[in-house]
Amino acid sequence: MSKRKVKDAHLPVGECITQVQTILRERLCHQQLPDKPEGIEAQHKHLLELLKRTAIHGESNSVLIVGPRGVGKTMLLRCVLRDLLEEKEAQKNLLQVHLNGLLQTDDKIALKEITRQLHLENVVGDKVFGSFAENLAFLLEALKKGDRSSSQPVLFILDEFDLFAHHKNQTLLYNLFDVSQSAQAPIAVVGITCRLDVLELLEKRVKSRFSHRQIHLLSSLTFAQYLERVQSQLSLPDDFPDTKFAQDWNDSIKTLCKDKSVEEVLQRHFNSSKDVRSLHMLLMLCLSRVSVAKPAIKPADLLEASRLCFADAKANMLHGLSILELCLIIAMKHLNDVYDGEPFNLQMVHNEFKKFLQRKSNSMYNFEQPVIMKAFEHLQQLELIRPVDGSSAKTQSEYQLMRLMLDHSQIMEALQKYPQCPTEVKQWGMSAFG
Amino acid sequence: MTYYPGGITHGVAVGSTRCGMAGLLQHPGYDEERLQRVAGQLPCREAQAGMLLSLMGQPQQFSYPSIFIYGHRASGKSHVTHVLLKELELPHATVSCVECVSVALLFEQVLLSFFGCDAASLLPRSPSLSDFVRIYRQQCSQSPAKQTRYIVMEKAELLRDTDANLLPALLRLQELVEDNITVILLSEIAWDKFRPNTGCFEPLLLHFPDYSKGELQQILSQDKHPSYSAEFYSSYINILLGVFYSVCRDLRELRHLAALNFSKFCEPLAEGKVKETDTHKLWRNIEPHLKKAMQTVYLREVSSLQWEQMQQMEERESGALRGLSAHTHVELPYYSKFLLIAAYLASYNPARTDKRFFLKHHGKIRKANFLKKNEKTSNHLLGPKPFPLDRLLAIFYSVVDSRVAPTASIFSQISSLVTLQLLTQVSHDDQLDAPKYKCAVSLDFICAISRTVNFDIVKYLYDFL
Repeated sequence: MSKRKVKDAHLPVGECITQVQTILRERLCHQQLPDKPEGIEAQHKHLLELLKRTAIHGESNSVLIVGPRGVGKTMLLRCVLRDLLEEKEAQKNLLQVHLNGLLQTDDKIALKEITRQLHLENVVGDKVFGSFAENLAFLLEALKKGDRSSSQPVLFILDEFDLFAHHKNQTLLYNLFDVSQSAQAPIAVVGITCRLDVLELLEKRVKSRFSHRQIHLLSSLTFAQYLERVQSQLSLPDDFPDTKFAQDWNDSIKTLCKDKSVEEVLQRHFNSSKDVRSLHMLLMLCLSRVSVAKPAIKPADLLEASRLCFADAKANMLHGLSILELCLIIAMKHLNDVYDGEPFNLQMVHNEFKKFLQRKSNSMYNFEQPVIMKAFEHLQQLELIRPVDGSSAKTQSEYQLMRLMLDHSQIMEALQKYPQCPTEVKQWGMSAFG
Repeated sequence: MTYYPGGITHGVAVGSTRCGMAGLLQHPGYDEERLQRVAGQLPCREAQAGMLLSLMGQPQQFSYPSIFIYGHRASGKSHVTHVLLKELELPHATVSCVECVSVALLFEQVLLSFFGCDAASLLPRSPSLSDFVRIYRQQCSQSPAKQTRYIVMEKAELLRDTDANLLPALLRLQELVEDNITVILLSEIAWDKFRPNTGCFEPLLLHFPDYSKGELQQILSQDKHPSYSAEFYSSYINILLGVFYSVCRDLRELRHLAALNFSKFCEPLAEGKVKETDTHKLWRNIEPHLKKAMQTVYLREVSSLQWEQMQQMEERESGALRGLSAHTHVELPYYSKFLLIAAYLASYNPARTDKRFFLKHHGKIRKANFLKKNEKTSNHLLGPKPFPLDRLLAIFYSVVDSRVAPTASIFSQISSLVTLQLLTQVSHDDQLDAPKYKCAVSLDFICAISRTVNFDIVKYLYDFL
């Protein structure tokens, strides 16, 4: 408590909180670059050296950065570029072309983009919008005309590299690697991908021109480092305008990280995934709970955020179903148990449901077939059940074979959590065989 | 040195009680009066709205690149987002994925609402994502975002059916356009079913839980009739929920049903038979009516207009008007009827029993053996089986009394039954040589048909022996 007594604050608390939110949100949501890449110093050095050789000495290179999602591939590259551009010589020398496999879905679009980013459109005037072959020829000529000593090096950055490998004939990749292999204008091709088998995707001729230099970013984080990462991500920088507040905040973060329950939660997150993005998501949820009335992150916030992160979406959806829909799901579960996972249709489900009604219950749930069909269709819309084959127009809807997309335990849990579930329905659900 | 009298040390205690209280939306950076107006429009959704608001943060701050909101139909997903974005006057574009049959429409709508029609007209004829991002960046450099821009995608499950790279690109749009932009996806389906196989930038998941019975009651009671008291309307809603709640939790559907049946509920009151407080009598009057409504209006068997007309006609019992499904009865030629009956028998009877059913002198078939069946193989559970044309004709000649020549007309009637979708052709490998069919009509339908030609079909059905 005493830590948050901001007696000698230079700024009002509201202002401080706004500052905190602004700074931390930029870090967590906008993926702001850190000052120093942590844990990947070797890769950073390697890549920086490589790109320096291209930028300054005019050496052609190609490299692939491979690693799972959210491990910091783009961050590494951007850090390297930032450090590279600090050097005068590189800065005035280097041309950059950024391509993304998600955006440049075929070679024609990619080529247009390259021309645009190299500011060549005015050079060729309307020729840019001519045929693909012409465009490629022009670009290649422009690249070929240059030689090691005189022409400016170009840095090609291909984000989502694996998607470029799906282009027809891999023409773009072939040409880029070809230029990088022969004594033409110096270029460096840097691919970023999350697929470990990316080399298998390349054609033989493309593969042979690639330098096979790969930088693997595999998270080798230990839990202690993970905790440290949490702390550093949440801490305020030294240049925060209100030093007293920043000091208190950082102290409170430090005590937060030492808390036993917090450590437990973080351990759980660490066990499920080591990537930074999911950590950011967790911290973002915590941060959103910080307000003027509650100007610090409490262990309870972290517990709540973790609960949100680990919530089972299907269980959430099951909670909102009507009684009739829940009954149908129980009937499907029994059918699955009895017939060992064979697909079922509406008639069978209805039959099973009728058996339940005859035996165990009064006629409270005696619904007409069309009402049941409507409930069944709603379940299909929610994709809790899925047709076995796609040909829906062929068979009558009540005879279309379906599969249940839920797990046994999910249904049982939903039954337990269901608000005001009638006892007989619950018992029916619990009983081993319909 | 500024001293804060008391407020800070007690802040936590005050804050926690405030959070517990419903109806208060608070966030620095937004006008308090506006927030109150927002809260007034969002009954029973304060917690969700507050959560969303705190994730969005202050207008000039960065927000998470993508937020995925899921929940059941009519659980207030788009209502909450719209009210928030509109009342707080945040720059946003709302796109319904149902409307955007091509990505071009989507891009155009987004550019239009952020930068005006000049930007939208810059798009080439069939734009790619690359064009969109390029134009967006261009425009953005001219008018950079002072506030977070929001793109709201409704019915986001349809994004899965478009280009494979649209959804991953939208999820990392903030990174691609380097602008303060957040994509909000709204869907009924859980996120697990969206994830592309090479993964993507994971959005922040937000669940909108279903309304409980009490909440439904509270919301529905809000649109009360001006000429009746609030308690009266709320008791009506109570009765309505008593009938429909076990089947339907969709707020929109319930609201529709409530509006349709209210005049019937008020009828005894207008006639002076009962008082407003006599709930039991009112319930007795309305309950069978509502039960009937479940079988008709709820299934859209009769349209709401017809239902209202029916309520006005006092003599005619509601439901006496034939619904949609009653109109499925079709007038067929005599032989077509028998062809359809034969097709039904061929589809739902096992071939080994044909001899017993349709031959006059079928020899001895052991009754015990013949009747040995279990429920699992019942065709009325499993659905129709395909049969060859020969079997159809054999059964047809056996069930039809007179001698019929196999003329072209008989065969053309078979194919016209296929075009009427009463039969379906199963395998398309050969049109002429031994085609296979399936019968696609229900038991009720075929019973009605066979009654018109005095044929007792149930006697010939193996499942009902």
